[in-house]
Amino acid sequence: MTENVEPDIEVRDLVAHYGPREILHGISMEVRKNEIMVIMGGSGSGKSTLLRHLMALEHKTSGSMNILGRDIDSLSMIEMFNLRKKIGVAFQSGALFSSMTVAENIMLPLFEHTSLDRVTMDIMVRMKLEVVELGGFGDLMPSELSGGMIKRAAFARAVIMDPDILFCDEPSAGLDPAISSALDDLILRLRAALNMTIVVVTHELESAFKIADRITVLDRGNILFIGTPDEIRASSNERIQKLLNREPDTEDIDPDVYLGRLTGKEEYGGVEL
Amino acid sequence: MKTKIREENGALIVSFEGDVDLQSSPDTRKALLDAVGQGKAVFADLSGVGYIDSSGVASLVEAFQKAKSQNNKFILISVSENARRVLELARLDKVFTICDSISDALDT
Repeated sequence: MTENVEPDIEVRDLVAHYGPREILHGISMEVRKNEIMVIMGGSGSGKSTLLRHLMALEHKTSGSMNILGRDIDSLSMIEMFNLRKKIGVAFQSGALFSSMTVAENIMLPLFEHTSLDRVTMDIMVRMKLEVVELGGFGDLMPSELSGGMIKRAAFARAVIMDPDILFCDEPSAGLDPAISSALDDLILRLRAALNMTIVVVTHELESAFKIADRITVLDRGNILFIGTPDEIRASSNERIQKLLNREPDTEDIDPDVYLGRLTGKEEYGGVEL
Repeated sequence: MKTKIREENGALIVSFEGDVDLQSSPDTRKALLDAVGQGKAVFADLSGVGYIDSSGVASLVEAFQKAKSQNNKFILISVSENARRVLELARLDKVFTICDSISDALDT
């Protein structure tokens, strides 16, 4: 991995709200080309919100974001459409259309973004099905797949266009350890073969340490730490150690704020997502 | 992407220069299928290809299948590391005949 190149993703001072609630409090980070960046954090740390912003699916309150060298605020609708062709997303739920076969689901981005011959599309889909070890399952409906197979089909769809950047939202969630480990291997193979930059949000420590070049740890909407797995392990930060040791996050309670929260008198005070 | 076709010892050598991606792969496909359609051995020379994506590989697969159905050779020449990784991802390195040079291909 080369460090002295322009990052594929660059975020500066990102502030984001859901309604009146500030979720991200000024995030700055970058993801280098061909890097696997894992975003971790406890429940409500803001990691899924950050991912949605990195995917340019949400409107930020302030800050700047460059993706593949383009300032997303400066893009026209057509430029954004073209940028999205270079981005693949594997959603946590798989997000397959239930009325379409697995192959039709995977082919969808090709229909949307290309004018390739149908034979070419069919072969591309079958190739990607082989890559995710679903060869021969293309004619099935999503409802006929197991949870792990749905995740793999979602990966196939996410990489059907050979994207420059792949986003994965909780790829291991709800899967048994063996299938989860196989998905980790798939992420590593895709990066190696297709030279992709990959951002993975996960709360699975084993998975994070297996695949990550670097890990960003979010805590209550702030970045607590960015570093390699070895640097994270060596960190003496108490909150990092709690995360690594799976200790529950005990929030310091301000009695007044907490009382206001319970009675609805002090909206959102002290609460972080 | 540029395409050149020449004949050597009864084989059609289709040489590509540039990237084979979503924009250029339809031209790659047409050149390969036209060559295979002539009923001769076809060597796809990839020595000038810097990057090939899945749509380009799909064109190679389609042309290979068509050549095979006609009992004709279809050989990949000078596959770059990048292209080889894409082929290996879908285990196509086990399917295609890959040679380092045209002379090696002519000897097969």
